[in-house]
This record gives sequence, C-alpha cells and structure tokens, in this order.
Amino acid sequence: MTAPATPVTRSDVIPNVDVAPGRAKPRGRTWDRLVEGWLRGHTLLIYLFLYFPIVVVVAFSFNATSRRVTQWEGFSLRWYQSVLQDSVIQGALANSFRVALTTAILATLFGTMAALGLQRTPRWFRSIFEALTFVSIIVPEIVIALSTLVFYSTSFDVAHELFGVRFKLGYETIIAAHALFNISLVMLLVRARLSGMDRTHVEASFDLYGTPWRTFWQITFPQLLPAIVAGFLLSFTFSFDDYVITYFVSGAGTTTLPLYVFSTIRKGVTPATNAIAAVMLLITLTVLLVGQFLVWRNARRAGQRGAQASVAGMIAESG
Amino acid sequence: MTASTEVAPAARARPRRSLPPGLLGGLLVLPASAWYLILLVAPLVIVVVMSFGTKSKFGGYEPAFILDNYAQALDPSRISPFVTSLIMAVAGTILCLLAALPIAYFIATRGGRHKSLLILLLIVPFWTSFLIRTYAWLTILGPDGLAGFIGGITGDSSFRILGTPFAVLLGVVYAYLPLMVFPIYVTMERMDRTLIEASKDLGAGRWATFRQITLPITATGLITGSILVFIPLMGEYVVPAILGYGRVFLIGNQLVLQFLESRNWPEGAARAVVLIVIMLVTVVFYVWFVNRGQRTREVSVL
Repeated sequence: MTAPATPVTRSDVIPNVDVAPGRAKPRGRTWDRLVEGWLRGHTLLIYLFLYFPIVVVVAFSFNATSRRVTQWEGFSLRWYQSVLQDSVIQGALANSFRVALTTAILATLFGTMAALGLQRTPRWFRSIFEALTFVSIIVPEIVIALSTLVFYSTSFDVAHELFGVRFKLGYETIIAAHALFNISLVMLLVRARLSGMDRTHVEASFDLYGTPWRTFWQITFPQLLPAIVAGFLLSFTFSFDDYVITYFVSGAGTTTLPLYVFSTIRKGVTPATNAIAAVMLLITLTVLLVGQFLVWRNARRAGQRGAQASVAGMIAESG
Repeated sequence: MTASTEVAPAARARPRRSLPPGLLGGLLVLPASAWYLILLVAPLVIVVVMSFGTKSKFGGYEPAFILDNYAQALDPSRISPFVTSLIMAVAGTILCLLAALPIAYFIATRGGRHKSLLILLLIVPFWTSFLIRTYAWLTILGPDGLAGFIGGITGDSSFRILGTPFAVLLGVVYAYLPLMVFPIYVTMERMDRTLIEASKDLGAGRWATFRQITLPITATGLITGSILVFIPLMGEYVVPAILGYGRVFLIGNQLVLQFLESRNWPEGAARAVVLIVIMLVTVVFYVWFVNRGQRTREVSVL
C-alpha cells in the first residue's frame, strides 16, 4: 500500500498525524507495557478509592467498642440493636420512607405522562418545556432549595392574608420540592427510551386494528418499562438521600433520616452513627439491586441483551 | 405538530371515540407543567424580585428597587466565599478529569465482556447515600486515621486534615467522580475504532494516536463531564459543612447562613442570582462549544 494513494479522509478531525516511522520495536514494547500497567493500576486505584470509605463505615459499625470508633474490640451487633430500637431513628426512617415513596410515585407517574404527552404537543411548547427541564437540572440544588423556601413562605403569607388559612412546612412541602427534580429525571429517561424504540411493533398493532389504548399497554408500555423502573428507583433514592432541599423546606416533626444523621455527625463519629450509615447504604443498595433484577428479567423476556438490559447501562447511557 | 417527525402512531391511525391528539398531549403534560410553573418558575422569579428589595425589621422582605444587595454580594471584602468556591470548583473539576480520563479509557477500550460490570461498579457508590459517603471520610481523615498517622511520622501531633481545603477537595472529587467518568466513557465507547487503526497503520505512536484521535473526538464527553461536576461543585454545601468543619466557607455555606440563620433574605437572594448567572454563563459556553461547527455529535448534559 502506497501512502499517497490513500488520502487521509476526515482531515478535519485528524490534523496531520505524527508519523513515527523509526519507532524501535523493543523500546516501543516496553513503553506499551508500561502504559498498559499504568492504565490497569490507575483503574484499580480508583475502584479502591471509591469503595474504601464505604467498607470502613460498614466495618466499624460492627465494632463492639463504646469508646473510640477505630479501636477494634470485637464483632458485635449491639449498635444495630440500639439504633433500630431508638424511637427517634425509627420515626426519621418512617418519615424518609414516606417522603421517598410518595415522591417516586408522583415523579414516575407525571414524568412518564409528560414524556408521552410531549410527542403530541406543538413544537414551541416542547421547546419551552425542554428549556425548563434543563433549568431544573442545572440550577444548583441549594438555589432550588432556598427559592422553594422563599416561595412557600411568600405564598403561605398571601394565603393567610387572603383566606385566613395557615399552611405549614411539612411532608407536602418536602414531597412537592423533591418531585420537581425527579419529574425531570424520569421524563428524560423515558424520552430517551421512546426515541430509541422500535416502531414496527406499534405499526403492526395498528395494522391489526389494535386500539391506541391496547397498543399502549401491550406494545409501548413493556418497551418503556425499564426506563420507568429506573426512573422510579432513581427518584426513590434521590429523595431518600436528599439533605439540602429537605433541610430548607421541612417543618417540625418531619425530620428525615439524612437530617437526623447530619445533626449527629456534628457531634462526632460514633459506632451508632456508623450503624445508621450502614442501614442507609443497605436500603439504597437493595433498591438498586431489586431494580437491576426487575429490568434484567424484563429484558430477558423481551429477548434483549447487553448494556441496555441494566439499570446501570441506562444511567450510563443517559449520563 | 404535523411538522414533527415524532408524532406518535396513535395520532395517525386514530379510531373513533379517542381524544384529539393535541388535547391528549396537553392533558398528559399538565401535571409536569404545573410543577415547573409553580415550583420552578415562580420561586426563581420571586428570588430575582426579592434580590432588589430590602430587609424588613422582622427579617422578612420589603418591596423596593435597589441594587444594595448586589453591591453587598459583590463587595470585595465579602466576596471571598465566591472566590473560594470558584477555586474549589475549578480544582475539583480538573482533579476529576485527571482521575476519570484513564479509567474511562480503560473501560471503553480494555473492558471487553466486563464493561457492564465495571460500569455497574462505578454506579454503586454513586447510588449510595451522598451524605454517608461524605461522612465516611471523617474516620479516614480524622485524628485516629490518616491525620494521626501522618502526625505520628512527622512528630506533629496537632496535624489535621479535616477542616482544610484539602479535605473538602478530596470529598468533592470522591462524590462527583462517577459523573465525570460516565459521559467520557460513553463518547469513547461510541468512537469509531477504525480511526485508531488507521492512525496506527499510518505509523502513529500510541501517544500521538491518543492525542490526535481519541482526545479530539471525546472532547464533547470531557466538556459534558466537566459541566456535570462543576455545577454541583459551585453550589456545594454538604461536603464543606462536614469535612470542612465550616472553616472552608463556600457560597453554599453562606447561602444557608443567610437564609436559615441570619434570615437576611434579600441579600441572600442577590447572591443566589449571582450564582445562577455564573451557571448560565458556564452552560452557554458549553452549548456553544458542543454545537460549534456541528463537528462533534451532541451529547446532552444529562
């Protein structure tokens, strides 16, 4: 093959490639091996970096000590016992579940509806809607939190002056604020799935005189299900874990688990806090694994394979 | 809506008794639109209006049209939280980039059958509680952990890591690293491999190929990742509050202080508006970069 006979295409992408014709083979190989080794080592280190803190928290939650957290005095479940019997923690856990479950249901329902409805709305409406979705995601959480608080406070004052009713911050205000971000999230996930959907089945269904309603439930919905499940689970965990927004818009008696944990962190690290942390990790991980299993089973029935068949793939793809 | 290519088949083969597509679409997007209008547009508008107002005697808000709050927010003697945040956000983004690039490259090119597993392993920590992941570093960096260890070696028993910018930087890199890896991985994964082979056939070395083929093509992923990390970093509150002991004072800490403790809402609102403007400038730059010349494929921010 002669070099001039093969002109470099896409020269806009590849500006004159450095040609190294005199590259010595042995040196090149050592170099290659070094680069390979470094890539492997770096990757391994990052994974260790990501998991080490989690392992530390879980490990020390089993420590029997009642003094210094890091002084190992034997394996014990006593901290789990004391944490799970603590009525304040039980209350916070129940609040968190209540908020996260309601948020996830609302966000999944409204987000999926919006994704389906947007296909049928005029273009100008879709552009505005997309811009707002963008805004809801890029505005830092703290700004959303404080503006929501200001909005609640202002509108509650107005409601009091006009109608004499006194609204208070509570579950409803937390859930409404959490739902905003999560509606956007579910909508993006479902829309991504919709745009990549195979239309032939839908058309076949219409050719066979299927009603829109039946076509939706028998063809469209099963294909969207992985995105809907992923959206539900993401919403649940985001809401369950949220600290900043909840901190701004919660009222008396609606302390969630993250708020409780944050207040105990300020007093220092204790084995009990480690146990709560481990419980929170367990809850979020269970949610992830259950979701992964559901999506995987659905994909196997539908005969799909690969990255698409995992919650992980869905998140990485949309990321 | 007829001009759109996205019209659902339901709108075409429509049998009797069903709603007109426009109405159905309107009904479906109604709840989400209401949410956007009431809990996104209205609050942001109120904050902007409030930023021009004054503080009333009881800590509330009194309507006015003054620029004092902005003068306060941008006063050189009180601007340091902004500067600190900006430095931390830029440093954190660069560190994430340096840490994420090799691992994304490794998974995309050497992952083989294990790609999905490797990505799942990145998602698991990201999925688990943000608060708990930040909290976990308290033990590791604390006086019984790394700080004590280093202090023991150097003989300086008062050596501390917690409460320093380094601890906060480590915390934010730890928290947001996966957000950097995902978009870079996706662009590298979708990259046309034949280009690399072509480059190698033409005699280019590994580094030359990486620098001249892989890097320009994955630029969109790099920028997307940087935006995804930079934006939450600018408004970060939890990490500096926990690992910085409040000594590393960022905009997030200042906003919490002004809204929940000193209750100076108009001045806090002005700071929030400045923060939003910084975000907008960053994002406009991002959109411009991604769409410039339409050479690179668009990868959405989420």
